[in-house]
Amino acid sequence: MAKVTMTVNGRQVSGVCDDRTLLVHFIRENLGLTGTHVGCDTSQCGACVVHMDGQSVKSCSILAAQAASSAITTIEGLAQNGELHPVQAAFKAHHGLQCGFCTPGMVMTAVDMIRRHGSNLDEATVRFELEGNICRCTGYHNIVKAILGAAQEMGGARQAAE
Amino acid sequence: MGVDGIGARVARKEDRRFLTGKGRYTDDMSVPGMKYAVFVRSPHAHATITGIDATAARAMPGVIDVLDGKQLLADGIGNLICGWMIHSKDGSPMKMGAWRPLADKTVRYVGDAVAIVVADSVAEARDAAEAVVVDYDLLPAVTDPLQTLADGEPQLHPEAPNNLIFDWELGDAAAVDRALAAAAHVTELKIYNNRLAPNPMEPRATLGIYDAGDDHYTCYTTSQNPHLARLVMSAFYNVAPENKLRVIAPDVGGGFGSKIYIYPEEIVCLWASKRTGVPVKWTCDRTEAFLTDAHGRDHVSTVKMAFDAGHRITALKVDTIANLGAYMSLFSSCVPTYLYATLLSGQYDIPAIHANVRTIYTNTVPVDAYRGAGRPEATYLLERTMETAARELGMSPAELRRTNFIRSFPHQTPVIMNYDAGDYEASLNAAMTAADWNGFAARKAEAEGRGMKRGIGMSCYIEACGLAPSAAVGSLGAGVGLWESAEVKVNMAGTIEVMTGSHSHGQGHETTFAQLVADRLGLPIDSINIVHGDTDKVQMGMGTYGSRSGAVGMSALAKALDKVEAKAKKIAAHLMEADESDVVIEDGALKVAGTDKSVPWFQMALAAYTAHNLPPGLEPGLKESAFYDPANFTFPAGCYICEVEIDPETGRTQIVQFVAADDFGNIINPMIVEGQVHGGLAQGIGQALLEGVRYDDSGQLLTASYLDYAMPRADDVPSFTVSTSNTPCPNNPLGVKGCGEAGAIGSPPALINAITDAIGNNQLTMPATPEKVWAAAQPAH
Repeated sequence: MAKVTMTVNGRQVSGVCDDRTLLVHFIRENLGLTGTHVGCDTSQCGACVVHMDGQSVKSCSILAAQAASSAITTIEGLAQNGELHPVQAAFKAHHGLQCGFCTPGMVMTAVDMIRRHGSNLDEATVRFELEGNICRCTGYHNIVKAILGAAQEMGGARQAAE
Repeated sequence: MGVDGIGARVARKEDRRFLTGKGRYTDDMSVPGMKYAVFVRSPHAHATITGIDATAARAMPGVIDVLDGKQLLADGIGNLICGWMIHSKDGSPMKMGAWRPLADKTVRYVGDAVAIVVADSVAEARDAAEAVVVDYDLLPAVTDPLQTLADGEPQLHPEAPNNLIFDWELGDAAAVDRALAAAAHVTELKIYNNRLAPNPMEPRATLGIYDAGDDHYTCYTTSQNPHLARLVMSAFYNVAPENKLRVIAPDVGGGFGSKIYIYPEEIVCLWASKRTGVPVKWTCDRTEAFLTDAHGRDHVSTVKMAFDAGHRITALKVDTIANLGAYMSLFSSCVPTYLYATLLSGQYDIPAIHANVRTIYTNTVPVDAYRGAGRPEATYLLERTMETAARELGMSPAELRRTNFIRSFPHQTPVIMNYDAGDYEASLNAAMTAADWNGFAARKAEAEGRGMKRGIGMSCYIEACGLAPSAAVGSLGAGVGLWESAEVKVNMAGTIEVMTGSHSHGQGHETTFAQLVADRLGLPIDSINIVHGDTDKVQMGMGTYGSRSGAVGMSALAKALDKVEAKAKKIAAHLMEADESDVVIEDGALKVAGTDKSVPWFQMALAAYTAHNLPPGLEPGLKESAFYDPANFTFPAGCYICEVEIDPETGRTQIVQFVAADDFGNIINPMIVEGQVHGGLAQGIGQALLEGVRYDDSGQLLTASYLDYAMPRADDVPSFTVSTSNTPCPNNPLGVKGCGEAGAIGSPPALINAITDAIGNNQLTMPATPEKVWAAAQPAH
């Protein structure tokens, strides 16, 4: 057992866990943040994607201990002051979710994708980069639309601010 | 139509919680004292259990207990059952072998549960499960459905000689044989419908809580139909009487049929909670899901279709072997019979049809309904055959279909179904226009210039949804009625709660059901809550599958709203001193037509509950319920067109365009309907191109993870072109037909027809992997 301390959604947290505990289980079980999901055992489905020091990671693929001292953002930390993040809002506007299970991972992946590509995203890039996130409900059609829509909107907002 | 009413693209009410991580799925549930379960499962496809030694496991850190099948049997927990009786053509009942929730003597597939370990953590339970010693005497296994019926093959159940469950037929064999003998042309095909793993993204999970104080059980579970789960667990599995068992299906992350059934784990966790005195939670991992979730499809068929000289179909003869796996799952028997053979007329006027279906046992996980359930199998068989026939007859595939379309309604097919409404030519024309069918030749020529093979294929599907008229399904063997219930509670200040027996696991009922209420009462959608998935809150209901929630569930809601409106009008008429027949409900108020008299909805509701001034004899309060039993199935239909480009060097198929033109009748929320079609298309494309469950000869599952089973990913599918036309369903109050399964039903044959068109070789089975397509595209030697 080890005590692990990290910053999650802006707050410093610690928990005692088995050495073999994966970050996703630490987030779900120790911290009670159940928005991050487990959809497979082979790091394929992406339902567990969170941000670690600003980059998207599959939280099933690293140990909680490896995330010690890092800054983690989960789906619960994305909306600010009750306002949906533009990517969350775009998923809603474009019906980019159905059962909601893959959604947190999709949204966290999309935020990272838009951070890296800005408004230059095109459909082929979005589809290629979603390779590590599986959705069984939507056929991806509206997820792709939502990400492209959010990229446009966020790019426009950034331009307006500059 | 109001902004939130029927037909509006209302953004979903439920989205906010899913988008912010506040969804509440079964594995998210946590109660004080809760412990974790891991199941010990058979690593063998067929074996006799000669002993279980859990001594070492029980002594391991954190372990509460290890329980096995002998203890379960001793406590009187019953066998799992199939709830739909089918009789063979010789009149004998189907041969249902015993399925124990924990195997006590024999295991029959890899993954069959043998024991449960309960421990302080999942990790400790998993460690202990590996320390449980199970002695097996291995038996030979059979996994090939074509092999299993032969003499000398391994026998799974003593009740079922030669592994035959039933040998069933539908239709007039003699008439079909006469038509085949007299035919101008007969098209013959052998059709494989590949076995699929449903793969909702949320793995199954359950939390069993026994309360010794009240001798009461609570079961959280990933179910599409919690009331049915309670009924079956009470009436057949002896877990507890219904009044002592509460089943809650909270947010459920997709189902696609696989969460209809009551699996061993729910039963065993409830029982284990009583045995151990602690709440017991089990969450499936993905490999376990591949091993134990009911699979779909797995048919092998031969088909003969007879044509006269005018290219009209005169008969269809089908012989099918359907693999049901090692045990009969809850609805497994009705899928390859009444959900399959009854749809073999498709969109065509076929005078004579005969289908023979043999269902068989193999040492594989049980097979049951998966998105479409029987109807994809019928559609794939029929539409592959139509396309093949068109090529053989030298006709355009569209013209052959047009020649044979049913054009007047109602239409009685020779296989039970009575189609109530449709316009198949409208969907065909819409799809061909959207796909620029006439421009295909030029596109093909252009692709050839780049060294690519381009093909186009269509599929005209029909399905029977809105399951189902209770008396009709009862006469066909169903153990339950398939009506639905709804209850509308008007709160004292006028807000609304709807309790529905339908269950949403992605379909958006919290929005669409609220749209119906908003439309009828003119209330803002935020003042309407939809409650589902809890047997303590919702009266008996039948749940969600078979695209039934709109046609049946919302029809029940419409009936309940009729009663609410009638009583509300009585109260308002009394308040306004008007005749109730003059009262109309609009914009959130009750008005006397043609006057300026008006009572706001909330004031009427308040009056109903204060009861200070009600019409003489009227009960206080405003809460009404209704049960709706449909008069017929509904018949969504449409035309799908797929265009592909194939790289002859690699065999890789690229879908260039996919067009879906559907007739779903009236539509509540077009945004949600389109989403349902998109998802169904991806699943159908997955079946046609990527997905296929594979067992080896010894019964080991080779495709037990996302590394081995190819799920459609974002870059495997295109963006879709979807549209709808509308012939309203005449048999329900909303005129809706259902849209949940269409995409998965109509798409596989369109895609395979496109590939076979491109490569000029009709010998291709699903999934059409690059290897298979490449091989089929090689010039014949």
